[in-house]
Amino acid sequence: MDLALKIWRQAGPDTPGEFATYIVREVSEEASFLEMLDQLNEDLNNQGEEPIAFDHDCREGICGMCGVMINGDPHGPQSGTATCQLHMRKFKNGDTITVEPWRASAFPVIKDLVVDRSPFDRIIEAGGFISINTGAAPDANIISVPKEAADSAMNAAACIGCGACVAACPNSAANLFTAAKMQHLNLLPQGQPERWTRAVAMVETMEEYFGSCTNHGECEAACPKNISIDFIAWMNRDYVKAQFKNVAKASQ
Amino acid sequence: MDNEQGTSVLTSGEPTGPIENRWDNHRFATKLVNPANKRKYEIIVVGTGLAGASAAATLGELGYNVKAFSYHDSARRAHSIAAQGGINAAKNYPNDGDSIHRLFYDTIKGGDYRSRESNVYRLAQVSNEIIDQTTAQGVPFAREYGGLLDNRSFGGAQVSRTFYARGQTGQQLLLGAYQALARQISAGTVEFHNRSEMLEVVVKDGRAVGIVVRDLTTGEITSHSAHAVVLATGGYSNVFFLSTNAMACNATAIWRAHRKGAYFANPCYTQIHPTCIPVSDEFQSKLTLMSESLRNDGRIWVPLDPDDSRPPNDIPEDERDFYLERQYPAFGNLVPRDVASRAAMRMIDQNRGVGPLKNGVYLDFHSAIERLGKHTIEERYSNLFEMYERITDENPYEVPMRIYPAPHYTMGGLWVDYNLMTSVPGLYAIGEANFSDHGANRLGASALMQGLADGYFVLPYTIGQYLSDYLNTDPVPIEDEAFTDAEDVVRERNERFLSIGGTRSVDHFHRELGKVMIEHCGLARSREGLEKAITEIQTIRNEFWSDLKVLGTSDNLNQSLERAGRVADFLELAELMCRDALDREESCGGHFRVEHQTEDGEALRDDENFAFVSAWEWTGVGSPPVRHTEPLKFEYVALSQRSYK
Repeated sequence: MDLALKIWRQAGPDTPGEFATYIVREVSEEASFLEMLDQLNEDLNNQGEEPIAFDHDCREGICGMCGVMINGDPHGPQSGTATCQLHMRKFKNGDTITVEPWRASAFPVIKDLVVDRSPFDRIIEAGGFISINTGAAPDANIISVPKEAADSAMNAAACIGCGACVAACPNSAANLFTAAKMQHLNLLPQGQPERWTRAVAMVETMEEYFGSCTNHGECEAACPKNISIDFIAWMNRDYVKAQFKNVAKASQ
Repeated sequence: MDNEQGTSVLTSGEPTGPIENRWDNHRFATKLVNPANKRKYEIIVVGTGLAGASAAATLGELGYNVKAFSYHDSARRAHSIAAQGGINAAKNYPNDGDSIHRLFYDTIKGGDYRSRESNVYRLAQVSNEIIDQTTAQGVPFAREYGGLLDNRSFGGAQVSRTFYARGQTGQQLLLGAYQALARQISAGTVEFHNRSEMLEVVVKDGRAVGIVVRDLTTGEITSHSAHAVVLATGGYSNVFFLSTNAMACNATAIWRAHRKGAYFANPCYTQIHPTCIPVSDEFQSKLTLMSESLRNDGRIWVPLDPDDSRPPNDIPEDERDFYLERQYPAFGNLVPRDVASRAAMRMIDQNRGVGPLKNGVYLDFHSAIERLGKHTIEERYSNLFEMYERITDENPYEVPMRIYPAPHYTMGGLWVDYNLMTSVPGLYAIGEANFSDHGANRLGASALMQGLADGYFVLPYTIGQYLSDYLNTDPVPIEDEAFTDAEDVVRERNERFLSIGGTRSVDHFHRELGKVMIEHCGLARSREGLEKAITEIQTIRNEFWSDLKVLGTSDNLNQSLERAGRVADFLELAELMCRDALDREESCGGHFRVEHQTEDGEALRDDENFAFVSAWEWTGVGSPPVRHTEPLKFEYVALSQRSYK
């Protein structure tokens, strides 16, 4: 198939960007969206124009490195699918496709389609961990975890940290990401000792960088891993409880 | 084309005595650095996947000053994240007869008797601690209804010892290590540099004293000095261009170290994984793995009649050849990867392949779904089935998957001693970047085990032995000539890539190299093919340096420039791989020389002449490398022809 691509080009963080239009010909239906961009880049390189910068790595939908706005949707039209897993059979010959970077003030553009998502790491550094040193752990089966709790924690932990939730949100809120990371730990027995301090630290760090959640639900719709918005409700519950919880007596 | 042989015999520094006590005794004999002195040391960790992140976090916890570097935007992106199936440990929770000794034995045998006994025993010993550690970190391993941990089986084992988190075990273990690292970053013990690629190891007076790094967003070249440098930069399967590795995986860090004196061990030991999605077109950029765990419940077959063109579900059971179950009744569909890959290749070579390009075999879940119900299969593999459907547009719950062998893992890597130190003092290699524990073939679910064993439980102890000699000495200042010279090399190389001004892209050369490597240094290798490959690689390398076209500049994000450096290094490494494959006149594990096979096509080892590690010393581009050897002693496992029948 032949396609027209309107792609955001921006030379650097401090230079204004603009859309450029390119034609790519004879794209295979079997190609992934990123392979189509590879093909365009190969053409551009041959023509003496600098290839388009875009982040990508595993191309299996698990590393969370890739992600662009495709016709206004984070990761494109197929639900529950990261950009690298989107295949060109979802498009038609003659289509015009608009490709942009994530748009959020917390994610400044580095170049073309590449953005800086490091505020996500700041949220994890604030408390998205369980404080145990190497070597100090008891036998793994001493900690009994109800299967249902382990499954729910896994549902949250499946987050790949791509940033689509932020890009989809009209407020550029990172609540789905933060909630998923927090609830993965807060749902497990191992996460209980730091549950309340974690809730406060992660939420407050999130608020330093990102907008506020007003329950649009766009994040859940855009999430390539179908992370449930319920986790946001659970995060809010933990955050509110943490405000009047006497942490020194948390177990009571 | 002969190499200079056997100039020295390397010693591993492994302890002696009863194998069960070696690691304990070694830890006791190793010099310690007292807690107050640890903060006087600087350690650099390059790469923050499973091995690097776990090492950096643990070293930070111990009180060392750690600088960690990753070319990704975050430590959570490393390719460890894509490991699907699970992690082995000798817990024996299922009560099916597992033990540390059995995990040790299976790993030695699975590696086709080409690994170091002391290392593998240590790996089996610490495997249990890894499960304890990661569970306490909150890794959501699969559970039984009673709340305890669940296990499944993997290839090359007759017990269930694999712990898993759906089909995303690597992701969850990496996030555990990443979170432990985040905690240390927040505590200030680890300084993390993201989007920073190591481009030189700095060596002064014969020891590693630091690295040179390029900031990938600004292009700035900086030097970093330390008492010791740890490379945790993964494997080199991307030398084949099409592999299951992530796009950015590369050999640059270990290759730059090799050029500075670190010996490269067993480069020809590469693993071709049997269950990947077959290639569908010429634009394909990478191959996608379907976890080995699928072989727990899937049955592999091809039609008995090569000309059978019916859809798979219309072919009756008695007209299917379940060739693994037929040829290897004891292990069936769960034979090790090298055996399964070669069996698939034989089927495809006999023109019995399936799919539009006749380049696959079926992996069929029909009988498992009938026996266990669709729900159970969904619980075990839903994310893999979904990934398969995204890529192929076929529903594996209804139509058998099509799979094909693809480059996946490299057992070879930098030579390290028992302390995981390379032949350059002060330079360590951990995880897939070293050669140590998997011999000539890695068993499934052992990569995660080894990466975390090295990072959490081995290196943090063993590094003390070297460091203790440098107490109260300052790291070499970055103004030193050793650093400024290395920086110049990096700058000049980048300028050279940009100034060639040829006509073809980096990817073009990478693809050409990949074709040569998969044809001649892939699943089957021959003297004739390898000699041809070496000539072809040299030709591609010459064309690369005269006809490369990299646009843009070096002072901002330039992904073509990054790739140029990596492909330049692959073009040198590829030649070493072929030379090693040529030199090793036997077949073992993933290294299959067609001249050396049994009557029924199995690998034929030559223990009399090749029971050693080949560790190659760099002598210059195009110049034959020098081979050093480390003899392998087998005191606890008897060498025998590997049989899975």
